Amino acid sequence: MESKKLNLKLKIWRQKNSNSVGSFVDYNVTVSPDASFLEMLDELNNNLESQGLEPIAFESDCREGICGTCGLVINGQPHGPIPRIATCQLHMRNFKDGDTIWVEPFRAKAFPVIKDLMVDRSAFDKILQAGGYISSNVGGAPDANSILIPKEVASEAFDAASCIGCGACVAACKNASAMLFVSAKISHLGLLPQGQPERYRRVERMIKVMDELGFGSCTNTYACEAECPKGISVKFIARMNRDYLAAKLKASKSEVA
Amino acid sequence: MDWLKTFLNSSIGKKFLMALTGSFLIIFLIIHLIGNITLFFGPEAFNGYVKKLASIKPLIRVIEVVLFSAFLLHIFNGVRLWIENKKARPVEYKINGSDKNSSIFSRTMFVSGSIVFIFLVLHLGTFFWRFNIHDPMNLASQHKYYEIVTHFFSYWWYVLVYVIAMILLGFHLNHGFQSAFQTFGLNNKKYTPFIKKLGTIYAIIMAVGFASMPIYFFLIGGAK
Repeated sequence: MESKKLNLKLKIWRQKNSNSVGSFVDYNVTVSPDASFLEMLDELNNNLESQGLEPIAFESDCREGICGTCGLVINGQPHGPIPRIATCQLHMRNFKDGDTIWVEPFRAKAFPVIKDLMVDRSAFDKILQAGGYISSNVGGAPDANSILIPKEVASEAFDAASCIGCGACVAACKNASAMLFVSAKISHLGLLPQGQPERYRRVERMIKVMDELGFGSCTNTYACEAECPKGISVKFIARMNRDYLAAKLKASKSEVA
Repeated sequence: MDWLKTFLNSSIGKKFLMALTGSFLIIFLIIHLIGNITLFFGPEAFNGYVKKLASIKPLIRVIEVVLFSAFLLHIFNGVRLWIENKKARPVEYKINGSDKNSSIFSRTMFVSGSIVFIFLVLHLGTFFWRFNIHDPMNLASQHKYYEIVTHFFSYWWYVLVYVIAMILLGFHLNHGFQSAFQTFGLNNKKYTPFIKKLGTIYAIIMAVGFASMPIYFFLIGGAK
């Protein structure tokens, strides 16, 4: 079945590099409603290249919503208007013929634009390096089920672990706060027995680095949860607040001053 | 005490301070509204209530200092957070899609708080000042507090400022109430939906309750 093609006007952010000032450039495209948003950009880039023009830089990898590489702000919403999907899972059938679509990069001080729609999210890596791990000695694999974990706890940890680290929470937050991401990482380790030895040190270290990197503070607008492609709950932020407070109130001298 | 300083300067610590001072102010507002309801029962009831408070002045003064500190911390910390959070996004989005992912109450805390602050200055400048410090009509000295209040509530512009400020106070409380629980780490599917509803009911009671007094006295034309 041949679907009717859509005529769309795109207003795409173009920025040469992190030091230059960007602006919106208009592009008119005709695209199949069955195409994904990124496929539309691929087509547009093919056309640009065939005309000898610079293609639009944007990121993508798996294109099935599990890697967290893609991420565009479409008409003011990270990953576009459809909830619980990444940009790569957004299809053009969600737009109407004649629509104008504004495409912007994730905007945050901690996520500087590299080029056009590509941003540097290595700030997330730095936060993970500060504590998003467990330390365990290598050796033979332990017996399965030798550590008992209640099903509800395992499920909750898994919910937190479903964070793909795309950064939509930062992009959606009016304060460019990274708390949903950080709390998901802290919770998925902190809920499980293997994460206990470093539980309080982890939260102190990760929050310290998060604050230093220039992310804003959370004001509980919950825009992050609404825009998260994996639907990570803000209850993990509450959990992180609890753990951080507990870490600070513990009698032992705080490791992170 | 280095750990405390670190805590209060951290992103979570600043939230915590907002929630702590905010919770205190939430409780204060309940007591304030209950006391003010005596206005509806005429001059004897209200003047008697204020006189009773005046009879335990030293205790009231201590509470006032704590209350004033809570207000100052809440305001200064709020302004600081607002400035820092603005800096976290130096280039704004061209298209703002925030109406699709968050409530207007949560996004306008700085604006609603600022207007409530302006109101607070006016409120203290008239009632607190005249009850305690400057008494030009020689009413507070005769314990005629009711007369001072109803005098101000006969001016339309004063009533208008009150009503606008109380609507925005309601907006502020609607978000602030449940937000405090979230910050304290109390978010659970068992009770969070209830807390959110309770916060909205609380905000409506406060806004309607405090706004009803100026409206009532303006409509009946000042004092009874």
